[in-house]
Amino acid sequence: MGVLLSNPPGIGGEYHLPVPPPVAIDVSGLSKTFQIPGPRAPFTLRERLLNPTGRTPGRSLEVLKDISFDVKRGEHFGIVGRNGSGKSTLLKVLASVYRADRGRIRIAGRLAPFLELGVGFNAELPAADNVILNGVMMGLSPRVAKQRVDEIIDFAGLNDYTDLLIKNYSSGMKVRLAFAVMTHVDADVLLMDEVLAVGDAEFQEKCAEVFERMREEERTMVLVTHAMDTVAQHCERAMLIDDGRIDTMGDPDDVAERYYEVNLKAALAGGGEGLPEIAGRMVDAVTDPAVAINAVTLRGHHEEKPAIPPGESIEFEVKVRVLHDIADAGFHFQIANGNGQMVFASPKAVLGDEGAVRAGEVLAINAEVENRLPPGRYVVTLGVSRGPSDPAGPTRSVRFEVIGERRGGMFDLEHRVSVESGSESLVG
Amino acid sequence: MSAATETFELQEIRGPSAFGGGARRTLDLLWLTSVTDFRVRYSNTGLGYAWSVLKPFLFFGIIYVVVNQVLQFSGSVPNYAAMLVLNLVIFQYFQEATGAALRSIPSKEPLVRKMQFPRIVIPLAVSLTAVISLLFNLLGIFLLFIVAGIGPSWTWLLLPLVVVVLVTFSTGLVLMLSVLNVRSQDVGQAWTLIVRALFYATPILYPIDLDAIPETVQKIMIANPLAPLMEQARIWVVDSSAPTTVEIAGWFFGFVVPMLVVIATCVIGFQLFEREAPRVAEAL
Repeated sequence: MGVLLSNPPGIGGEYHLPVPPPVAIDVSGLSKTFQIPGPRAPFTLRERLLNPTGRTPGRSLEVLKDISFDVKRGEHFGIVGRNGSGKSTLLKVLASVYRADRGRIRIAGRLAPFLELGVGFNAELPAADNVILNGVMMGLSPRVAKQRVDEIIDFAGLNDYTDLLIKNYSSGMKVRLAFAVMTHVDADVLLMDEVLAVGDAEFQEKCAEVFERMREEERTMVLVTHAMDTVAQHCERAMLIDDGRIDTMGDPDDVAERYYEVNLKAALAGGGEGLPEIAGRMVDAVTDPAVAINAVTLRGHHEEKPAIPPGESIEFEVKVRVLHDIADAGFHFQIANGNGQMVFASPKAVLGDEGAVRAGEVLAINAEVENRLPPGRYVVTLGVSRGPSDPAGPTRSVRFEVIGERRGGMFDLEHRVSVESGSESLVG
Repeated sequence: MSAATETFELQEIRGPSAFGGGARRTLDLLWLTSVTDFRVRYSNTGLGYAWSVLKPFLFFGIIYVVVNQVLQFSGSVPNYAAMLVLNLVIFQYFQEATGAALRSIPSKEPLVRKMQFPRIVIPLAVSLTAVISLLFNLLGIFLLFIVAGIGPSWTWLLLPLVVVVLVTFSTGLVLMLSVLNVRSQDVGQAWTLIVRALFYATPILYPIDLDAIPETVQKIMIANPLAPLMEQARIWVVDSSAPTTVEIAGWFFGFVVPMLVVIATCVIGFQLFEREAPRVAEAL
């Protein structure tokens, strides 16, 4: 799609205008309606004679309504929505499990759907056979699948259990094996439905690593989940599906905000009076925020992707405009790592002695944090509370990255490790 | 890892289909799933694959000995016991393939609902698995026949012709039954009954050239492709003096009609499956 500009002859070379990344998934006007069969007629003779087929007219359920979006190559795209919103149906239409009634889907490269880990595993067979079976189902040729068996089992860390049948595997081992297959099938476009919800913390960490690698390899990923924090960690862009329609699409943080709102509205519509007080205050926080954020600046880093070198402290400034008079407003912030683990939460800071703020007032909240974080992606979130017992209302979060040499663990602690040749003092 | 090597061009996705993913992938998966199904059957046994020949040898051996020695049933039909055993093997394949077809799609539900899978592989794998056991059964009874002093004859080598037509016919039915039973489970109930009726309506326990069968009834019975197939197998394997169905009912009824039934079943089976395949996941 890029425009080609040629220099005058003699100077040589061709220049390309910046080309937008190619589209990997292009969906337009997608609609899907399910026919729900009616209940069967009762088995009385009279009913049978009157209605020999035994079915009453069913109803139709419009699950997807005119969905259009595209995903760029190498992009990690999140789809969120409440249960029954149609997000999984959308994924199944993309994965060629259901056929769309209307609309067009175009995909570039090979697609592998992971709607469930370990589909097609045969419990009576050992790991190696299942790796081949699953690998071929996911699109590898039998020859390549056979070549990768050792690599996959090794990646899953199941070298000691190759002789066991799958039925004797623990569920955690099965998930690891299935995930290992998934990461070795060379798909260009991956569709995942709640796949991450199954594992323990260690598994989540491994997922994060794999996703990072996939990003580097320019593989496109569509992640369907109802956990917004998963999307915030792994996706550059997200889409909220509500009642079969695209509600919001764009920055994961904006989508998250809207998603909370939709969730709470649904909770209010369903629960009404019995709704716990805290949820009510959350609604206030979202629909009627205490402050509006004007700008968030990571000091000294004005690029699009804020990156902090190792050892340099994290400094940022948030400019907010107060929207309501609050007698004692508290401001604090939290830093979470790429796995969603909270690594630091600051105590509340207040304005002046009591923290009284007036509507219209503009405040600058400054923070400086020692950088003890290992390289990786982080999210910093500002919380605003109205009163000492008030939970901090959710506000916009900002992502940053700590760069440098990757080490293990949640913190980068100061350390001295050395190896010396052994003395004999151990004995005596 | 070699990602991003192919050219990336947007290609339209047409949704689920019978052959989704191309012929190569369909064949790979067909072979892999059939072999896996067959392997799992004997995976926990000490004798392993030996069972697949030993079982028919012993099972049909018992029938053979009982019919031949104890009942002394042979009467006017030469090698009656051998004919019976051969017919039973052929019918067992037919029954096993069509019976498994009924449950095939629900039993592979995850493949249909959670994966991009060429759906025709599911019924075809059922048919192929049944063919593999048919071949082992034939091996078993050939062993039995040799032990019993029948054959071997060079005409045994013609039997694959019978097998090919038999498999074509059965696969047509397998395709139909697999999708029809998803639509309405009444199909499964009805089919079980039909197979039981067919067991007696097909010349399995008796030869087709029995004098007691009126000529018109004979012609109707031969329209069932299993009848001429069994008769031909009988001629080639057990009793070369037995009459062909062409000799019994003429070219038209003895050959053309049953062949048309085979071709029609196969064509309708494929078309029905192709039409229904995209909707299967929703109907489950």
